[in-house]
Amino acid sequence: MSQPLPKIFGTTPFDGEQAQKGYALNKMCFSFNSADNRAAFKADEEAYMRQYGLNEAQAAAIRARNVLQLIAAGGNAYYLAKFAGMFGLDMQDIGAQQTGLTKDEFKAKLVAAGQ
Amino acid sequence: MAKLIGGLGTSHIPAIGGAIHRGAQQEPYWKPFFDGFAPIHDWLGEKKPDVVVMFYNDHGLNFFLDKMPTFAVGAAPEYRNADEGWGIPTMPPIKGELDLSWQIINTLIDKEFDIVTCQEMLVDHACTLPLKLFWPEGDCSVTVVPVCINTVQFPLPKPGRVYALGKAVGEAIKAWDSTKTVAVIASGGLSHQLDGERAGFINKAFDLQFLDSLEGNPEWATQFSVHELVEKTGTQGVELLMWLAMRGALATGGGPKVRRVSSNYHIPISNTATAVLALETV
Repeated sequence: MSQPLPKIFGTTPFDGEQAQKGYALNKMCFSFNSADNRAAFKADEEAYMRQYGLNEAQAAAIRARNVLQLIAAGGNAYYLAKFAGMFGLDMQDIGAQQTGLTKDEFKAKLVAAGQ
Repeated sequence: MAKLIGGLGTSHIPAIGGAIHRGAQQEPYWKPFFDGFAPIHDWLGEKKPDVVVMFYNDHGLNFFLDKMPTFAVGAAPEYRNADEGWGIPTMPPIKGELDLSWQIINTLIDKEFDIVTCQEMLVDHACTLPLKLFWPEGDCSVTVVPVCINTVQFPLPKPGRVYALGKAVGEAIKAWDSTKTVAVIASGGLSHQLDGERAGFINKAFDLQFLDSLEGNPEWATQFSVHELVEKTGTQGVELLMWLAMRGALATGGGPKVRRVSSNYHIPISNTATAVLALETV
């Protein structure tokens, strides 16, 4: 076995372990490429999650619309973006939610990175 | 033989598609990004490439975790964009360049890059937006060979390996029995992170050093592991692998020199440090 890589603050590389853990969740989010599937999810979220076999932690994170919990449950940013997009959330909304900032504070932080 | 005129690089943030759709290029938020393309449009107008090889990463439109290739080369007569799920406009189909696709596939396998080949392939914003940015007027007339590099599921290919892949693609282009003119494009980056408590991470100093390195010291970034690149550029900043592949393609035959035609760097668009670059082989 290779040595574990040093931890990077606030960062979860989507490796084999995450990919296995999050497979059902990511598969559901991948399905949201289709407008029909987005409508089916919105019509009955619980039934849709059961169809994809989400575990309890994944289902709870979906219900809570909580991105950090979704990542902890194995979610991958690219697929989760399709879920967030269904609610009109953009990347600054998601960034603000994960960092505990308001959206304006998060945007100000981005601008400051360019100074 | 075909002529390889140079390489282009650009960020591919999905919101760019919305801005183009709304005609927002001159709004204060977008202007510093879009203005970076004007000198490159002039250069492309002069050089008139017929074909582009596009190094990009799929974001979950064509590939899912059920089958996740590290390197995939398109070999289709046409590539379609489709609904990506988050409401960005769908782009018109783009034309393939089958003869060059197979030239690249044959060369890569011969050079021991055991790639996946795709005779049907949806292409997402990362493949379509650069065409809209570099050829904004009318229907884009260039044909495309998409080369998809995995940045979704780790382990990602090593930076040095990606550079070598680019180099092999460059050799394939130069050996292509065609009178056509070819450019290579990198789509992605630069530093950004969408996920986790570190969301919003940007590293201007590293990005600027990386951009500089592409001109005269192109293998500089290959000293880092993928994990180190994540640490320095963010989880999605590793898309700079595309830029390494593009630069590798220009480094064939003992490494011809390149000239920087133009570059621009602007923070932020969405959560991303954006860059655009054109390098001409000299």
